[in-house]
Amino acid sequence: MSEINKHTKYPSVMEKSSSKYFQQWRLIKDSIARYGVVAGGMGVIVAVVMIFFYLLYVVFPLFLPANAEPVSVYNVPEQALGKTLLLEMEEQNEVGARFTDSGQVVFFEATTGKTILSKSVAIPEGARVVSFSQGSPINEGAVIYGLSDGRAVIVKHQYKVTYPDNVRLITPSLEYPLGEQALVLDDSGAPVELIAAQVGDDVTTIVAKTASKILLTSFEKEQSLFAEESSLKRTDAALNLPVEGVADMLVDKEGRNLYIVSGSGRLAFYDISDKSAPALKQAQNVVEAGQKITSVSFLNGDLSLMIGDSSGLVSQWTMVRDSLNRPALQKIRAFKVSDKAIIAIKGEQRRKGFLTVDAAGNIGIYHSTSEKKLIEEHVDDSLVSVALVPRANGLLMQSGDGKMHFWRVANEHPEVSFKSLWQSVWYESYPKPDYIWQSSASNNDFEPKYSLVPLVFGTLKAAFYAMLVAMPLALMGAIYTAYFMAPTMRQYVKPTIEIMGALPTVILGFLAGLWLAPFMEEHLAGLFAFLLIVPIAVMLFAYCWQFLPKAMLEKVPEGCDAALLIPVIILGGWFAFSVSVPLEAWMFHGTLRDWFKSELGIGYDQRNALVVGVAMGFAVIPTIFSIAEDAIFSVPKHLTVGSLALGATPWQTMSKIVLLTASPGIFSAVMIGFGRAVGETMIVLMATGNTPVMDLSLFQGMRTLAANIAVEMPESEVDSTHYRVLFLAALVLFAFTFVFNTLAEVIRQRLREKYSSL
Amino acid sequence: MIQLNMIKSWFKSGVPWIWFNAAAVSLCLIMVITVLGLVAVRGVAHFWPSQVVQFNYQEDSGKLKTIIGELVDKTITPALMAKASGHKMADDEDTLVQYLIKTGNRDVTGADFRWIEERNVKQRNYPDNLMVVERREWGNFYGKLVAVKENGKIIAEGDGAWPVALEKLDAALAVFAEIGHLEKKEIGAVNYGLERLRLKQKSLQLKNRWDAEAEKENALEKAAYEGQYKQYQAQLGELYQKVRRDSLVAKIDSGSELEISLSKIVRIYQPNSMGLFDKIAHYGSKFIEFLADDPREANTEGGIFPAIFGTIMMVIMMSIIVTPFGVIAAVYLREYAKQGFITRLIRIAVNNLAGVPSIVYGVFGLGFFVYILGGNIDQLFFPEAAPAPVYGTPGLLWASITLALLTLPVVIVSTEEGLARIPKSIREGSLALGATKLETLWLTVLPMASPAMMTGLILAVARAAGEVAPLMLVGVVKLAPTLPLDGNFPFLHLDRKFMHLGFHIYDVGFQSPNVEAARPLVYATSLLLVVVILGLNLTAIIIRNHLREKYRALEG
Repeated sequence: MSEINKHTKYPSVMEKSSSKYFQQWRLIKDSIARYGVVAGGMGVIVAVVMIFFYLLYVVFPLFLPANAEPVSVYNVPEQALGKTLLLEMEEQNEVGARFTDSGQVVFFEATTGKTILSKSVAIPEGARVVSFSQGSPINEGAVIYGLSDGRAVIVKHQYKVTYPDNVRLITPSLEYPLGEQALVLDDSGAPVELIAAQVGDDVTTIVAKTASKILLTSFEKEQSLFAEESSLKRTDAALNLPVEGVADMLVDKEGRNLYIVSGSGRLAFYDISDKSAPALKQAQNVVEAGQKITSVSFLNGDLSLMIGDSSGLVSQWTMVRDSLNRPALQKIRAFKVSDKAIIAIKGEQRRKGFLTVDAAGNIGIYHSTSEKKLIEEHVDDSLVSVALVPRANGLLMQSGDGKMHFWRVANEHPEVSFKSLWQSVWYESYPKPDYIWQSSASNNDFEPKYSLVPLVFGTLKAAFYAMLVAMPLALMGAIYTAYFMAPTMRQYVKPTIEIMGALPTVILGFLAGLWLAPFMEEHLAGLFAFLLIVPIAVMLFAYCWQFLPKAMLEKVPEGCDAALLIPVIILGGWFAFSVSVPLEAWMFHGTLRDWFKSELGIGYDQRNALVVGVAMGFAVIPTIFSIAEDAIFSVPKHLTVGSLALGATPWQTMSKIVLLTASPGIFSAVMIGFGRAVGETMIVLMATGNTPVMDLSLFQGMRTLAANIAVEMPESEVDSTHYRVLFLAALVLFAFTFVFNTLAEVIRQRLREKYSSL
Repeated sequence: MIQLNMIKSWFKSGVPWIWFNAAAVSLCLIMVITVLGLVAVRGVAHFWPSQVVQFNYQEDSGKLKTIIGELVDKTITPALMAKASGHKMADDEDTLVQYLIKTGNRDVTGADFRWIEERNVKQRNYPDNLMVVERREWGNFYGKLVAVKENGKIIAEGDGAWPVALEKLDAALAVFAEIGHLEKKEIGAVNYGLERLRLKQKSLQLKNRWDAEAEKENALEKAAYEGQYKQYQAQLGELYQKVRRDSLVAKIDSGSELEISLSKIVRIYQPNSMGLFDKIAHYGSKFIEFLADDPREANTEGGIFPAIFGTIMMVIMMSIIVTPFGVIAAVYLREYAKQGFITRLIRIAVNNLAGVPSIVYGVFGLGFFVYILGGNIDQLFFPEAAPAPVYGTPGLLWASITLALLTLPVVIVSTEEGLARIPKSIREGSLALGATKLETLWLTVLPMASPAMMTGLILAVARAAGEVAPLMLVGVVKLAPTLPLDGNFPFLHLDRKFMHLGFHIYDVGFQSPNVEAARPLVYATSLLLVVVILGLNLTAIIIRNHLREKYRALEG
């Protein structure tokens, strides 16, 4: 044992080598390390696979089918209190309410049918309930009773949620928004045969049909300055419509439109914004000849009517402005629901879905935007009344044999279907089917528009223009740098261009948005002049170059043409920009921008595809350049030398030998560049207006998938449809770049093998 | 004819295409230099005190008016275009020259900037006594100092006012520094302590160990904190009173007088009377403020210290995570794996990791790390904080992990290259001497490859420092109230949100209410970021080149 070993940095293994345990320990360590390293290496694959599967895992529920299953069946609670006019349920799925024709409201536990509270509505002495309807907006819970003496009562059912002892307790109650006193609608006391109402905070509008006329009455609350009580200001009007055959009446939640349905299939639409002068706007047949309208309901938001007919067809009619800008009802889609008549339609209260009930006791849940049939079940041979929970996750149904059926519904993402994502959809209030991305709005009854088409279009458009800028510059630059440039110069040029790729895209985006965009707006003509003048200048310079005296030419080392051209391009560019201003004024009488607008009708956005093309092109150039340059540079030298020896010119060698050999590498460079352009976020976020328009114009902006995710992800609610659709957008991006990158890498691996065999 | 033939044969020889290719390289170079030059010039110029001009200006109504401000921009429009955009042009005018003036005084005029036309400028001069006041709110003030007031009484007036104002401001700023310390450090610590007490109480309650003793202890600690708080509050009140006592009276260009409390002032200077050295000193102090101070006025003024700090913290965290994983993967690829299907698969995976759009990492990070991992950590370890999330919300830790995943391929590729360059003879020598594979790796190969790892790490850091899109989803905010590292136990707060240079650029440049006024600051921030990133990249390139030389010698 020498002294030296004790002083070295690593203690000698010799010292302990005699110990058997130590030897074993070394081997154990070695094999542990081996497994660790193998695991680490595999980890990379795991990471990629995990990203993919996690995205898929989040997206997957979008495509799960909805299902409904029975929870309990029990006898209709308090059957003695009369026939059911309406079933309702509060949003926690716990308490159901049954409105009877004797003016009673029975609240009961939804799962067991145990009565919680039974209350009678303040129906005046001597009057009977002859008509009944839900007041709109439906989610406010108001109902209206039309009485046999020409009066009406409005009642709201409400639920108070409290947490005594940390257990949820729901207490139902009734409230009279216009007071307990019944409202006189018809002075002559004729029975109200049909009734509809819109109950608002300030204005309440009631439409009542008696045997001889249809009355429109509105009550406006007027808060007097001194008294606590508010008084009601009343406006009366009558509709000039024959009362025969009127089967149903609906008022929208704004109290602006009134729809009157006749059993024969005719739908009349009145504008009642002016309560004293209702105006008939349109009347037309809405079902096939020979069929009857059997049920009508609003879709959430009261912008469309769902009309069910006796043939089992449900059609959606919405208000669309026609060519003369007049509102008119237009049928935008239809669902073949059943062969039997549709006896009831209920709109979901928070989405554009609806529930249908046919005469044979089948229920169906559909979604209008996605045109999806979500649930179809047979419940009982006949159904009397149904209720859909506000959250659309429960169903309460009363069947003809006096039983109550309570079902749970799992229907999380009805808005998404292949059609709603990728095909044109006719949205409510739109004049024609269209591709639209508009994921959220401030109000509750908004129809989400999840078409990915404009986003994919924007992504491809941005990538296309970026490639248009980047590809020629990067590939030509790569050809020159790899093959013609002097090695000393290449040593500096290559890292310089590659360092472009290291520049943070947020800085490029910032410059593009705040410097380049205004600059281009001002110098649009100069830009076009630049594209025209600079190549000519280069050409002229190159042509004249050969006539320079030999002595001078020899002083410039070979392969430094690029350096010579820098001043040429700068001068040419300067000339182009300075000459463009007077030229523009002279040729286009003002700016080119205005000329485009006035002569060609092409609008100009300051942040447009041109700006994105240049900025993103700048970001993509180094990627393409670097890979293509490597591919060209590593073409075996004996090929080129052989070609030159056979008498080919350098350019012939380049175009016929080198480019052909390196073409797979160049192809993979372009693909990786394209992949980068597709996924780039910050530049498009900052250099475009981010409006999801589908317009090929060079002077219009776009919204890309990536930018859309960046903009909307932070605000989207976890696990909502919007959240999952954004994940789907990410998955699309991932899959897209995965295909491109994998292909590019495989091609490059092949190329490497080919070179090594050459 | 001969000429035409010559041109034809010239084209046929292919020489023009070579020139075109050369032009492409030149254009790329020009673009790089333009971008870097633009950022450099604008960024550097931000701190230089520019002259304040006093214009005698005739408004369109014919009224004469004084306008004081900094000249920001100048445009020249040909007469025809000016006419088209609605300006009245005389027949003998060829161009319309307009200036953009930063007039400041937003509290009085409602705008920071205005355009004026050169033809209406009657007189332009640079009076020495024009003063610029940088304020804590309402942006810059431009005007003339009239008097200095203490407790509402004038203590200096006229020419003598300026030195008094400077002196008073220095005192006020010192007090302000004290206030800042009290508010941020001391009261911040008290608040943090109180919050910890609340959580502790809730945690004990959840575990059913909340008894009389614990309650007493808790109340005692709480009382101590509250006592401290009251004391600090009293101190603060005193300091605020002190700093609010003094004020400046200044005259603005419209002639009316304005009183500005010293508590609202950050800096005053008279740029027109400054000599070169004064200006350099001013530049230096502005630059230090930029690097070391907190932002003011919705990030559009003041410093960017929290953003620098946040970026550095995030990058350090990321480096700690990414290095071991990247190195292990590279070691596997080079040292352990048989070259074949699996390694090809891994290379494809690495390339895909490098090619997946960064926003997808953000989405993955948000969904997987924040909501799934973070959500579960909260349930397991921080039930007392519910319903407020601790780790189940974007924060520093998740941002670092997400970016580590993003930069993993950079480290792998670079390390692998380094390993590939180490001559086989060295490994064989070590193995022949009886070392195990691990010992060979640990004692010879890895130390030799360490510069390559360094290169990879530097490149990864450069990439991470410039990446913004994924961070927007996993932890960056426009204004973080606290730094992720402070004096409160446990000192490093991985759950906190942080500020970031790149996001700062995006936010201030595009989301701020006053983009025009904020733009110089964004250029300065951009310059800082570009310098850091280019510096890192150049370092990496130099190390790599050095390494290549070294191994060439070894091989030879």
